[in-house]
Amino acid sequence: MTAPSLLYLDNAATSWPKPPGVAAAMVRFMEEIGANPGRSGHRLSIEAGRMVESARESVCSLFNAPDPLRVVFGANVTEALNLALYGLLQPGDHVITTSMEHNSMMRPLRHLEREGVELTVLPCAPDGSLDPALVEPAIRRNTVLIAMIHASNVAGTLLPMAEVGRIARQHGLLMLVDTAATAGAVPIDMPASNIDLMAFTGHKALFGPTGTGGLVIGERVDPKRLQPLKRGGTGSRSEYEEQPEFLPDRFESGTLNAVGLAGLNAGIGWILERGVTAIQAELREKTQALIDGLMGIPGVQVHGTRDARRQTACVSFNMDGLSPSEAGFRLDEEFAIQVRIGLHCAPAAHRTLGTFPGGSVRFAPGLFTSMAEIERAITAVRSMAQ
Amino acid sequence: MTANELSVLIFYTSNHAFRAEKLLKQAELACKLVPVPRHLGSECGVCLRLETATVESALALLKTGRVEIDRVEAYG
Repeated sequence: MTAPSLLYLDNAATSWPKPPGVAAAMVRFMEEIGANPGRSGHRLSIEAGRMVESARESVCSLFNAPDPLRVVFGANVTEALNLALYGLLQPGDHVITTSMEHNSMMRPLRHLEREGVELTVLPCAPDGSLDPALVEPAIRRNTVLIAMIHASNVAGTLLPMAEVGRIARQHGLLMLVDTAATAGAVPIDMPASNIDLMAFTGHKALFGPTGTGGLVIGERVDPKRLQPLKRGGTGSRSEYEEQPEFLPDRFESGTLNAVGLAGLNAGIGWILERGVTAIQAELREKTQALIDGLMGIPGVQVHGTRDARRQTACVSFNMDGLSPSEAGFRLDEEFAIQVRIGLHCAPAAHRTLGTFPGGSVRFAPGLFTSMAEIERAITAVRSMAQ
Repeated sequence: MTANELSVLIFYTSNHAFRAEKLLKQAELACKLVPVPRHLGSECGVCLRLETATVESALALLKTGRVEIDRVEAYG
């Protein structure tokens, strides 16, 4: 019997494979351009700098953000969230967040709480959803920010970002959104949703490599109000030993992951050609098939909304008599299916969903997962449930 | 004043220069990224060289595009 081909269902951790052209763009950069973007005056540095500018524009096109110079690149969404939270919040400030956040939001917030920032965690429903009516009563005189995840990395539940953004805007608050699970998979219009600080990662549904991501700083945010996370060389105002105040340099010290950005630019370009709406429709179809198939298996509990229109392509479940780690191990060993099990760096979400501390098994199909593979995953779970 | 008289737009950062090049090229205004001439400053990176006759149009485009410039200098 031939070994079954790998079935990668961990796209929520990182997307794989990437679309055609992404790896090629990175190899081309390494082999033909290679230089440090912009800092040296020569043609290779200029070519690299043009590529980075193009990547900023690609990000803007995807999110309808008006100004590429307000796209700050960094290592990932965790760094972007750290920049936004540590950059903005002072002791005595109040911030509102939700009970479905990933630790990239919660750990900085809990640390800032110990340093004197007041924190309100809005309780989401057991399916992960947030009632926007909870937001207004939580606002205090010293509230400065609403910080929320767009969709859960555990159960995929979409949170009402635009509605919360409207409330934030009405009350003169800034809104920070973690788009790790949604950028590239769900249409996002930054100005229309009143997002002031948009944190994104490059290596999930944006189809770039690991080591890319950033923060888009909206028009309402005065860059001087955000303290940089890092200071250092920016290739500008080099006669001074003070960090420049203009964007993007204020928040981009050191050499960017240029080869990574070549890949990210190619990934976003591929998405823009196809359209996020079309991508979302295709993912919804696969997600609903997966949810329906799993729900048809006795002894399997699917968490979250179980409605592909209300979530991303991220399906968490548990099985009677089988712990998530046992199930995950068997899926890989016996069925060649790769998943992530446990708490997914989101203990708050699992508490909300009722799956703490055991966690769950997470199936995260991607755009390149076929319907036949969805069927194969369901069949594997069915045979384990017997 | 000859038709080929050149000027450079000097920016606070090369990031702004790349953005500016994109905007001017989209408007079909000829320009070239060149190293900042030594006598014009110790800036790292690049500035944008263009015909002096087109500087005013370029500045208008950059103002609309919200790209800050440091100053304009004669080139050479």
